[in-house]
Amino acid sequence: MAQKKFVVGCFDEEKVLFPAVKQVRTAGYKIKDVYTPFAVHGLDHALGMRETSLHTAGFIYGITGTATAVSTISWIFTKDWPLNIGGKPHFALPAWVPIIFELTVLFAAVGMVMTFCWLCQLAPGVKKHHFHKRATDDLFVMVIECTDKTNTDDLLAFLKTNGAIETDVQVAEEEWWFGTYGEQDDLYNTKQVAL
Amino acid sequence: MHIKYESQLREPLVYGEKNFHQVTEDILRPIEVKPSRLWYIGFFIAVTLLLFGVYSLYREVTYGIGQWNLNKTIGWGWDITNFVWWVGIGHAGTLISAVLLLFRQGWRTGVNRAAEAMTIFAVMCAGQFPIFHMGRVWLAFFILPYPNSRGPLWVNFNSPLLWDVFAISTYFTVSLLFWYSGLLPDLATVRDRAFTKLRQKLYGIAAFGWTGSTKHWQRHESLSLVLAGLSTPLVLSVHTIVSFDFATSVIPGWHTTIFPPYFVAGAIFSGFAMVQSLLIIVRKVFGLTDYITIGHIDLMNKVIVLTGSIVGIAYLTELFMGWYSQNKYEGYTFWYSRAYLFSPYGWSYWGMMTCNVLSPQIFWSRKMRRNVFVTFFMSIIVNVGMWFERFVIIVTSLYRDYLPSSWSVYYSPSIWEVGFYLGTFGLFFTCFFLFAKYFPVIAVAEIKYVLKRSGESFKPAFEKLEAQPLDSFVHDNAHAH
Repeated sequence: MAQKKFVVGCFDEEKVLFPAVKQVRTAGYKIKDVYTPFAVHGLDHALGMRETSLHTAGFIYGITGTATAVSTISWIFTKDWPLNIGGKPHFALPAWVPIIFELTVLFAAVGMVMTFCWLCQLAPGVKKHHFHKRATDDLFVMVIECTDKTNTDDLLAFLKTNGAIETDVQVAEEEWWFGTYGEQDDLYNTKQVAL
Repeated sequence: MHIKYESQLREPLVYGEKNFHQVTEDILRPIEVKPSRLWYIGFFIAVTLLLFGVYSLYREVTYGIGQWNLNKTIGWGWDITNFVWWVGIGHAGTLISAVLLLFRQGWRTGVNRAAEAMTIFAVMCAGQFPIFHMGRVWLAFFILPYPNSRGPLWVNFNSPLLWDVFAISTYFTVSLLFWYSGLLPDLATVRDRAFTKLRQKLYGIAAFGWTGSTKHWQRHESLSLVLAGLSTPLVLSVHTIVSFDFATSVIPGWHTTIFPPYFVAGAIFSGFAMVQSLLIIVRKVFGLTDYITIGHIDLMNKVIVLTGSIVGIAYLTELFMGWYSQNKYEGYTFWYSRAYLFSPYGWSYWGMMTCNVLSPQIFWSRKMRRNVFVTFFMSIIVNVGMWFERFVIIVTSLYRDYLPSSWSVYYSPSIWEVGFYLGTFGLFFTCFFLFAKYFPVIAVAEIKYVLKRSGESFKPAFEKLEAQPLDSFVHDNAHAH
């Protein structure tokens, strides 16, 4: 994996961060990410990220759970070992509703959390480069990816004028499991969004 | 940009002059200093109880269920009472985090983390009872449907007891996932402030490498919302299914259609009471009164008076139906075994009525809702009452069997059955003490999210917005895109 150069600008106010994001993007720089201590609503749109499809995955896991429960129970009770329970029908769908529901929820929840961890590359023991320690405390850390043409001094000054309280240049490499660093580009809308 | 506006009429959720860093400092302080002597004493008591519970279970496993004084007529006694009681307590956490998230209740941020933790520990305690009630606990895995060499002989999917297995285990898993995914950002905060190498390493492992990336936050929000959407029907289903254990039987007093909503309301009622008992202590001991405010206590007391009254209506409906059905067995159970004070277990019914229905009515008074001592006292009373409720349902329906020769009034638990119950208290509090020592008891990131809107020192800023005429307010704030 290649090492890349990043320009880092730290902001301490959301009110300053949002215009700064707009300015930096209008100026044509590529923001790699903004690290925030909490979920800043609207920031994903301001950065031009597309919506996550995690909930769609959740739906698919859910119906997988439903299908698993229905098929397993009906196979067991009608084909594999039909039990005579008080002469009632073997295919007793109403009595299976609770278990079908529970398995739907279980599959959806477990599947979604695992997908979430996979997509975000989160797992016990994973280490990633931290651009600023206070990104999990009280700073909004904007990280801009440099190209050969980027004039870092200009960019640092540009960030300062847009309200960054701390600026920095760092060379870093994201430690993804399977070296999918470049694929992160897919997360952004390719078409230009109105700012 | 999104408007961060909240009416000034609403009480602040965070008191004092705070900024983001101060929030981190305040909430993480208790886990970064040496625990107080009080913590050690509490922890010691909890572990002692736990060990006593383990010994009681050793006796039960060695000598059998007879150790519990259960008999042929009263086959479910304290054990199943305790099971339902603990499961009920385990409902508040997910209700607070899931249902209140869907209803956009900002105040959940102060209490959700501790309530979720409590839920998980309570469900862990609850699970012990049915498992050990099986008697041959080493064969407990027979309840799982897996291909086996006995036929294969499958479990009965039409049985409420099996529904329970699925409901409780799903509930435990989903609550755990919900709780832990919410913890990740906060554990990352602890990791990034670590003052020793060991802390950094351990919290680093626990935080899964969380960085706070916007993309991750976006997915995290989506995950929380969908998990909340899944947990909401789940939390209702769990106690519904627990009530099916009774309602699908043909025992007078159990065979009622009112059970599911009545059990769910009771579960929320007792769960909130347990949250109150714990948080009133936590906020005082950890100095978190700015975050778990009187306002939070007030709101939870409102939930308690509402659900307590729903439970009260259910009790009265049952009594009415006992008479209206003109079924002799139903009438006998409700009007003699339960409601008649001088019947052998009449005292438990009236204990339940007093604790659950009459005493919470005190919370119609705002002054009482905002009184910490009254609230703490009432939270204990409510949980005692809810324990009586389950005891009433189980024992008063069982002790008069259809055949008078099988009647039994002499059920009282043995020391080992009580010991088992105390042991689950030990387990619960051991877990809770460890949680309070090693994990942030309040969701730090979520408090930061509501801080600028609901913090005491930020609210006066809305005065200008409120003075603005409506048209210009809309013009300034609603056309951002």
